[in-house]
Amino acid sequence: MTQETTTTTTSVQGHSEEGTSFSTPAQSETATTFSAQTLSPAPEQSLIFELSSPGRIAYSLPECDVPRQAADTLIPREMLRSEAAALPEVFEVDVIRHYTALSRRNFGVDNGFYPLGSCTMKYNPKINEDVARYNGFAKIHPYQHESSIQGALELLYTLQNDLAGLTGMDAVTLQPAAGAHGEWTGLMMIRAYHEGRGEQRTKVIVPDSSHGTNPASATVAGFETVTIPSRADGLVDLDALRAAVGSDTAALMLTNPNTLGLFEKDIQEIASIVHQAGGLLYYDGANSNAIMGITRPGDMGFDVVHLNLHKTMSTPHGGGGPGAGPVGVKSRLIPFLPKPMVIKNDDGVYSLDREGDQSIGRVKAYYGNFGILVRAYAYIRTYGPEGLRRVSECAVLNANYMMARLAPYYEIPYPGVCKHEFVMSGRGLKQYGVRTLDVAKRLLDFGYHPPTVYFPLNVEECIMIEPTETESKETLDGFIDTMIRIAKEAEETPELVLNAPYGTPVTRLDETTAARKPVLNCACS
Amino acid sequence: MSKHRYIPMTEQDQSAMLATIGVDSLEELFQDIPKEIRYQGELPVSSKLDEYALTRHMSKQAGANANFETHASFLGAGIYDHHVPSVINHVISRSEFYTAYTPYQPEISQGELQAIFEFQSYICELTGMAVANASMYDGATAFAEAGNLAAAATRRKQLIVSRTVHPEARQVLQAYAHGLRLEIVEIGYKDGVTDWDALQAAISDDTAAVMIQSPNFFGAVENVKQAADLVHAHKGLLVVSANPLSLGLLEAPGKLGADIVVGDAQPLGIAASLGGPTCGYFAVSQPHMRRIPGRIVGQTTDRNGKRGFVLTLQAREQHIRREKATSNICSNQALLALSASVYMSIMGKQGMIDVADLNLQKSHYTLNTLTAISGVSLTFKTPTFNEFVIKLPEGTDVDALQLELLDAGFIGGYELGRDYPELAGHMLIAVTERRSKEEIDEFARALEGSL
Repeated sequence: MTQETTTTTTSVQGHSEEGTSFSTPAQSETATTFSAQTLSPAPEQSLIFELSSPGRIAYSLPECDVPRQAADTLIPREMLRSEAAALPEVFEVDVIRHYTALSRRNFGVDNGFYPLGSCTMKYNPKINEDVARYNGFAKIHPYQHESSIQGALELLYTLQNDLAGLTGMDAVTLQPAAGAHGEWTGLMMIRAYHEGRGEQRTKVIVPDSSHGTNPASATVAGFETVTIPSRADGLVDLDALRAAVGSDTAALMLTNPNTLGLFEKDIQEIASIVHQAGGLLYYDGANSNAIMGITRPGDMGFDVVHLNLHKTMSTPHGGGGPGAGPVGVKSRLIPFLPKPMVIKNDDGVYSLDREGDQSIGRVKAYYGNFGILVRAYAYIRTYGPEGLRRVSECAVLNANYMMARLAPYYEIPYPGVCKHEFVMSGRGLKQYGVRTLDVAKRLLDFGYHPPTVYFPLNVEECIMIEPTETESKETLDGFIDTMIRIAKEAEETPELVLNAPYGTPVTRLDETTAARKPVLNCACS
Repeated sequence: MSKHRYIPMTEQDQSAMLATIGVDSLEELFQDIPKEIRYQGELPVSSKLDEYALTRHMSKQAGANANFETHASFLGAGIYDHHVPSVINHVISRSEFYTAYTPYQPEISQGELQAIFEFQSYICELTGMAVANASMYDGATAFAEAGNLAAAATRRKQLIVSRTVHPEARQVLQAYAHGLRLEIVEIGYKDGVTDWDALQAAISDDTAAVMIQSPNFFGAVENVKQAADLVHAHKGLLVVSANPLSLGLLEAPGKLGADIVVGDAQPLGIAASLGGPTCGYFAVSQPHMRRIPGRIVGQTTDRNGKRGFVLTLQAREQHIRREKATSNICSNQALLALSASVYMSIMGKQGMIDVADLNLQKSHYTLNTLTAISGVSLTFKTPTFNEFVIKLPEGTDVDALQLELLDAGFIGGYELGRDYPELAGHMLIAVTERRSKEEIDEFARALEGSL
């Protein structure tokens, strides 16, 4: 009980000065806790299985209007289910209230500022949701006769070209389902390219600041990873790169701007070193929101590019997916693209081209995450060429503004201009016993999603902030003021920060026990 | 300065922010990008449209596609026209779900985490397996990842795959196996199901896994238990790909001896969307828990002892293991896993049985109706779920037939000759609960009239 009292009181403190305070979900949770005073903690949310009452139903199915035959006369009894799956028995209102309650325990971009570095949590336009739900997009089958899906194929064809134009590449496949999937697809093409030339190139070079998916994708594509250290200024160490490349180099994977938010200004020299060694350059497009219309990977010297449409092109992250990770290539890699590609024939008819002996094959069923591609296309059409450039300009301006204002309070390991994101170090707070994780948790009490923390790995106590272009100066100022306040709290009342958050549906969770004694389902039957 | 409805930057904002940074112009923020690679001119991308023009343009493009509302579909082959309960779209349209990222901050992501935990629970219930993950890109990539897991778990390199598995799943498996240098052996079929003699002959102590699909690509129910017995005799694993909707009626593969069960959750309330995004599911028996790819949510408690959920077993994942990772999957298909969960919540214990039974009944009525047409015959005699193969009369121009069916208001079945040259002139017909007797009868008449 004492614990509860403390929690409630502190959470109110944490909220009172912020005015609007936490998002709708936590406000309501706090309100619940508060109105219940200290009599009982905020209730746990039941599992849907726990709401079950035998005999209730929530479904409505068409009648069986054909002569019914006993199932075991059509399928041998031993192949039929011996007992029904123990699914819950609830009615429709239970379902709606359950998922509504769950949604209120979740935080999205529509709830508030979400400066999660490397993830580009920009606003997800509503019109894009509408168009993706049109029957002619949502209720079409991948194996329909091509003549009956000309509208869909036209959209895909146009998007292939738009993304090629945006990145400066010669052709784009829309098949990969996500960024990491795109990385793997690109690496498989690079492998096929080298093998096609009779060369055994087994190594993929990545900087130590790279996304974890880069080396993982290289492994799954059958390569060994060579990690090279970054220079003190955060950029690729050209000498280390020169020492690393050789006749076994298949590719260098690079993010530019890199994961520190810095533009690799030596990119032409980097490209030249890798190309002279016979390797190819792979562009991880996670940070494309910094460069649209300003520079293109194809012009920097990259041979393969993937884009994360769920980042740069505003398609919603969906709580972890679905995304889309199209891959663009220079002409010499076109023969290796996954099949099929969408082509436009001389008579103006669109079709799916399945030919190609050198293709790496198929990386996903059907043609990619079409519903996501529809949204990305709508996004491009909403901005047009000039608008996309403005997107990147504002994303970069916002990031530099935040960095400038936060610099007096948090260590900026790489001063100067950044691109769409920047990193800070929270190590200055360690003297008070406060770590970056604690700062992140304290931010929750003020209605913010924390930045990315502890990545990249080469910055101690890293805090990585990416504001995106869809946030106003007022929002940025509010967040900055809160970060400054937390830095002061860490110094003056570290316990307050260490025990945060207070106003959320649950406090910090025991992740160690979760991993040591895994409970991974409700084991209902 | 151009204005845009998603960008709040005003001229005053821009001036004030540049002053705070201590630079005179936006251009100075891009000084680190060498002049030679600065893009000059207008990007070659499609032009800008206002919101109304965009909706007109896109509804025209959408209108150019025949769809499940304009046409009655008898096409399946992995993607099905099932009824999607209205509730699903309302739930997945809640922006707390769809505008959230992966739940890295559990304190403000309990909704998503619990939804995934429930999804894992549903998949375990349906498949009879001990552990399921938070989802995969689709059924085909889940199938391929199952091959990777089996190879890693057994330290063997050979995967035996039945040709009755979806051709695109086999193609994706080929591509993945090439990446990890695994060997794929394909086994033929007999009367629409895996050729058991050939399979038995192929299995050895080098076999990492036997990989089958049930109901298979031809709609036929495979003998999962027999496959399990054959491969377990050589200490290999059995991978089963299963349509989850069929598991309302068909025995859970886990009870028949499967070690890994995968599939695509599209039949569970997910829009067809030209084949994506859908949602792969991935379930394993207990011994393989720590090898499962992708995200997993586990139950735990907070500092007050309250139940809560977190991403767990992350030591398996790429962002920790980097080059030592066995899978590079990073995202999952959370929003579609949510769709599938809501679907199973709506269907419940009885609804899952009823919808599976309706598919069985209507497809068998269709089977009897179509094979009564002169010149049309049933190709395989083995029991089927909601799809079956018919042989069209010799010399049928299938492409022309498809166009005639479209004109008559139908999306015809899948032409098997595309992937199985020996089955040219054969069509795979799928029938879901959405097809009425009247539509089925009309389809039969249209087919007969076109032959």
